[in-house]
Amino acid sequence: MGKDAFTQGRYRELLLALGLAAAAAALPLFVKDTYTQNILVLTLMYAALSQSWNILSGYCGQISLGHALYFGLGAYTTSLAFTKFGVLPWFGMLGGGAVAGLAALALGYPCFRLRGHYFVIATIVIAETAYLLFLNWDWAGAAMGIDVPVRHDSWLTFQFARSKLPYFYFALLLALMTWFVTWAFENSRFGYWWRAVKDDPLAAESLGVVVFRSKMAAAAVSAFFTAVGGSFYAQFVSYIDPESVMSFQFSLLIALPAVLGGIGTLWGPALGAAVLIPLTEVTRSYTGGSGKGIDLIVYGALVITVSLARPDGIVGLFGRRWREKTAE
Amino acid sequence: MTAPALLETENVWQRFGGLIANKDVSIKVFPDEILGLIGPNGAGKSTLFNLIAGVAPPTQGTIRFGGKDVTALPATARCKLGIARTFQVVRSFDSMSVIDNVIVGSLMRAGSVAQARDQAIEVLEFTGLLHRARAPAGELIPSEKRRLEFARALATQPKLLLLDEVLTGLTPSEAQQGVDLVRRSRDRGITILMVEHVMEILMALVDRAIVLDLGAVLAEGKPADIVNDERVVGAYLGERRRAKSA
Repeated sequence: MGKDAFTQGRYRELLLALGLAAAAAALPLFVKDTYTQNILVLTLMYAALSQSWNILSGYCGQISLGHALYFGLGAYTTSLAFTKFGVLPWFGMLGGGAVAGLAALALGYPCFRLRGHYFVIATIVIAETAYLLFLNWDWAGAAMGIDVPVRHDSWLTFQFARSKLPYFYFALLLALMTWFVTWAFENSRFGYWWRAVKDDPLAAESLGVVVFRSKMAAAAVSAFFTAVGGSFYAQFVSYIDPESVMSFQFSLLIALPAVLGGIGTLWGPALGAAVLIPLTEVTRSYTGGSGKGIDLIVYGALVITVSLARPDGIVGLFGRRWREKTAE
Repeated sequence: MTAPALLETENVWQRFGGLIANKDVSIKVFPDEILGLIGPNGAGKSTLFNLIAGVAPPTQGTIRFGGKDVTALPATARCKLGIARTFQVVRSFDSMSVIDNVIVGSLMRAGSVAQARDQAIEVLEFTGLLHRARAPAGELIPSEKRRLEFARALATQPKLLLLDEVLTGLTPSEAQQGVDLVRRSRDRGITILMVEHVMEILMALVDRAIVLDLGAVLAEGKPADIVNDERVVGAYLGERRRAKSA
């Protein structure tokens, strides 16, 4: 049980992630058509979103089915700041993250007293409430949404009409960043506390773990990065309305890659997104786009298959040996 | 014993609705002793144990630790002061490896995760679990899980260690290892308060025993005196048996 072996294992994972990111960065050299590039962007975005969700729900065990709220807060903060006050999206992104983080703390304060299903239900209800509020909030565009005025392509305003590549690289950076944050947290005090809280809160308390504070920290970090993803999405599609950024479906889409890939694991969300998103997008285009719902049926079937065959997700396919090696 | 008590309960009562689980219990635990808390089923041992660990505050009464009133402090704060515990029904962090379980404990006092890991390795060595360090806790056999809980509690570097039936359900050789572990922990300067059912092992291990019956302290003293105490025999074996033998 060498400590050095443990450290080595962790750095091997970091190298692997950097290697994969470098390989992904080279993809546009081979993938030229916009349709496929679009799928790549979405895959990376969901990898990042699900990785953020995984911090609160996978590591800390507080299952949230209301992350659409944080996603929407990010999208709305950025778009509103830009259209109403001319604030550059980069600041909007940080602001959106901050707003979502604070919202997560404010909501966590009462909600983390709830456990299990009651907590899950609370997250759904709160996100739906926010959705309805935004649907009726005139200043924020209400049901009409916000059209982000398209100007010339520029990194300054983070708008690109002609090429998807800048979005691709930013999404890649975001996916890598959320992965790295998770990686760093794994071997931190909170990383251990979160997993202890998930497995057994009473035992955790007896060991000096401040359960409430652990949950709050996980919620804030998770919400922050989910909102950054939402800000990115708003820039990417340059039009948002409550339906397209805050509906319940988003909460599911954010959670599913991690569930499929391996909940509470470092690689699960990225793996899950890599399988799920291309599959859904392809299904959607084959069914002519009108078959709204068929992609979700594919989702459902996939998740059921994996949870029956491999309850620990796709990561489980790599077997104990692989996991032990990396944990060495 | 004239040294000031490390832990003291003063006229502690605990009621659950109409049920009185602890009735005016005043006990003292002195530094560096192994104190056994015994009594028949339903005597209120576990309730008192949980009151000391800080699971819930007592209905009435005061609990002092190191001279400080801790009655209102939650479990987390008591752990910081130096009270660690194990659970009657084992509660390991099953999705985590053995060493990670112990690290959660050692993080209590360690300044960094690296330091916590070093301390965890040391504790695993002390408890004889080092060879299982990387195994997922969920895969341990019951006796190993008990030892893991013990290790986890030790990792918080407690002054007082509360052991809830750690020897119950073990084979004789496993129980002997447990006894050995308790002794070695005490030799490190940790005061031990243990609740136990297995009388034969316990009486050979403890310096002093307190007998609870019907929620109240029935007897207190050296093991040899306790086993010969008529009231204790009566409480364990029933009034009829005592009447016959008398």
